[in-house]
Amino acid sequence: MAINWFKYSAPTTFYGLAGKLVPWFAGVSAILFVVGLYIGFFVAPTDAVQSEAYRIMFIHVPTSILSMFLYLVMAAYAALGLIFNTRLSSMMATALAPTGALFTFIALWSGALWGKPMWGAWWVWDARLTSELILLFLYLGFISLHASIDDPRRADRASALLAIVGSVNVPIIYFSVKWWNTLHQGATIKFSGTSMQIAMQHALFTMLLACWTYAVAVTLLRVRSIILERERNTQWVSELPEVKLDGGVQ
Amino acid sequence: MSWSEFFAMKGYAFYVWGSYGMALLVFIVEIAMVRHKRKITLQQLRLMRDAGEEE
Repeated sequence: MAINWFKYSAPTTFYGLAGKLVPWFAGVSAILFVVGLYIGFFVAPTDAVQSEAYRIMFIHVPTSILSMFLYLVMAAYAALGLIFNTRLSSMMATALAPTGALFTFIALWSGALWGKPMWGAWWVWDARLTSELILLFLYLGFISLHASIDDPRRADRASALLAIVGSVNVPIIYFSVKWWNTLHQGATIKFSGTSMQIAMQHALFTMLLACWTYAVAVTLLRVRSIILERERNTQWVSELPEVKLDGGVQ
Repeated sequence: MSWSEFFAMKGYAFYVWGSYGMALLVFIVEIAMVRHKRKITLQQLRLMRDAGEEE
């Protein structure tokens, strides 16, 4: 059976689809967080070198990976919107930015709290930390640039350029531990495999999936509001049951 | 291992729970903000519609 994917690139149909997907992603995310935290705190053994402090890894690494991944997804959507002039792509980029920024913030925060007991410093201006901080500024720049331009289509185009240019920072973050001498350790999980203990791997992977499904749920919920806002003068929005109904039913 | 031992994290309690606590706080605030935005957007749409009907 052929699925018409282009159908879902229209805000009208995507609004309904997103509404159906949100509770599923939210539910799966909640379960994965419980399982991931259980494995991370009760199954995974104490680390020989870092004792219990290493457990920060299970929130630090997933949020760091997603801070970079979400940026690339955001830049890709922004680029699609710029090239094909598709409204929904630009709305998705706008919806992803706050979640990406918050993941970057958690990554930096947990990194500082991990750095203090292990390195003796909350912060050092080394390549990995500095480039991750620049990532936060890129997200914030994208958000404020988009908010500062009144015409939404012009805002889309200007912020898309910023997102695309800024994406060169992502490989810099990723390879910074290889390219420069940094305090930050190198990648433990490589494409060739890992030396990590198996329960730690399970906890890390489960927490990564939990954070990812969380990001999808919250982004889809946010994009629904953005779609309504930007399509407010259309017939289909005024005919939606949640708009017609006056009660507080969501 | 007792619960108090568990929460002590062998002396790293502040760092470990400070990391997870902030993540939890950020998630709670973000969810609240996104849900609030939906509520406000729907309210504005209804206001716009009501204003349009009166004309």
